Amino acid sequence: MTSPLTPIFRAVAATVAFIGELGLLLMDAAAAVGPGLLRRRGRRVGWINLWAQMVRVGVRAVPIVCLVLFCIGAILALQMAPPLREFGKVAAVADVIAVSIFREIGPLVSAIVLTGFAGASIAAELGTMVVSEEIEAMESLAIPPTRFLVLPRVLATTVMMICLAVVGDLLGSIGGLVVSATILGIDPELYVSRTFDMLKLKDFLTGLVKAGVFGCIISLLACHLGLRVSGGAQGVGVATTRTVVLTIVALIFVDLLFTAAFYFVNL
Amino acid sequence: MAKPVIQVQDVCKAFDGRSVLEGVCLEVLEGETLVILGGSGSGKSTLLRLMMGNLRPDSGQVRVLNKSLGDISAQELADYRKSIGVLFQSGALFNSMSVADNVALPLREHTDLPEDTLAIMVKIKLELVGLREHAAKMPAQLSGGMKKRAGLARAIALDPSILFYDEPSAGLDPYTSAEIDQLIIDLNRKLGVTSVVVTHEMDSAFRIAHRMVLLDRGRFVVCATPEEIRNSTDPLVRQFVYGLLDGPLTQRRRAGGYEVDLLSGGT
Repeated sequence: MTSPLTPIFRAVAATVAFIGELGLLLMDAAAAVGPGLLRRRGRRVGWINLWAQMVRVGVRAVPIVCLVLFCIGAILALQMAPPLREFGKVAAVADVIAVSIFREIGPLVSAIVLTGFAGASIAAELGTMVVSEEIEAMESLAIPPTRFLVLPRVLATTVMMICLAVVGDLLGSIGGLVVSATILGIDPELYVSRTFDMLKLKDFLTGLVKAGVFGCIISLLACHLGLRVSGGAQGVGVATTRTVVLTIVALIFVDLLFTAAFYFVNL
Repeated sequence: MAKPVIQVQDVCKAFDGRSVLEGVCLEVLEGETLVILGGSGSGKSTLLRLMMGNLRPDSGQVRVLNKSLGDISAQELADYRKSIGVLFQSGALFNSMSVADNVALPLREHTDLPEDTLAIMVKIKLELVGLREHAAKMPAQLSGGMKKRAGLARAIALDPSILFYDEPSAGLDPYTSAEIDQLIIDLNRKLGVTSVVVTHEMDSAFRIAHRMVLLDRGRFVVCATPEEIRNSTDPLVRQFVYGLLDGPLTQRRRAGGYEVDLLSGGT
């Protein structure tokens, strides 16, 4: 007879194994940085790949991130104004928006948008390549898929995630500014000066560190699940859905870890 | 007498507990075209993947130029893969690249050739398969036969000494199939390429083969010249080669317990 705890142990073991596989993929990708971008042979292909992925992953996501973060900035301003007005501190809306957007919401929401935008598409693309024998063909040509496919995607997503977080931070603040100036009656100059007074460099940098890690998580999960596809078109659909769900859960969990760590080290 | 370039020695392979190959032994001689025959699920594609180094046997060994593929280092495996070419059943072209880029990829990855030399080499390879004027097309714009020819051009890009073909004629009209067969013969005769062809198209097999191997349910049945296969008295060989309705293959299917399965109900 099996113990009632057996399924829990199995789930924990499967999760640990999955995280281990992700770690191995990350190590393989890191080891491929030299051969992929710096070696003489194949370097052209490496840089062309990286540039193409940066455009695909990041540049095309900019308008959506801008729109979403602008709206979130505006929503935050509208939500925070009534309770702050009760204390006669409606101008503190700028303080709240600055800290929450730069430290938390900018990187996290940009990452969630990028998950839907790039994570799903990477998983579907690699999964389709597995199904259509392209990955096997690549291995037969002595071209390692980790170097040729995973590395450019991980690098591009990490770099572009940091850039998107900066853009998201700005647009979130602008969304708050627009609502504060037009609806809440806060002087724009006061809003801007309070934002700059409130923000410290560490708020900006901790957000960017998070963004970089989020970008790495999005692409690693998408590549790993995409390359493990089996079972044809249905397998591609399952991998895409799993990528989006697992990535969002992982992002929020890792965000909690970061926030707790920054809280305890007083960052 | 030609020396063996690939030796398959008592190889067994199973997937999820289901045996696919059982004790298969064969040799591929230098400069010959060896055709591996067998029905669907007989293990011929698995055998091909073992010889390509994409799979490892559960027991036994695959030796290439007196080295076991199971014992060689990652670098040696990469070197071996650069010396072989593979034509996949679907062509396995990289869908995000044009036909010319597909053919150029192994050259860009593994040589230092400048782009103008590379473009000339790509044209030469595409001319060999009759696709020079289609160089700029994307794989999605090609017919099934053209995809296979483009796949063949990519497979011969690095001038391999061994070429593996997985079902080169499957799904093609008789004329295109004959064209592909002629390409295989030309590459073998003019360039001395050793070829291993997996197929169950008998017309094509007799056209191109120097020797033929028949597999049945993962077991080695016979290895002989086309003439010997044609004149074989083995009922299994005769049924497979001549497509007879009566013989061991159909008897086996009839003895599959269909009536019992129907009467037992359920799924």
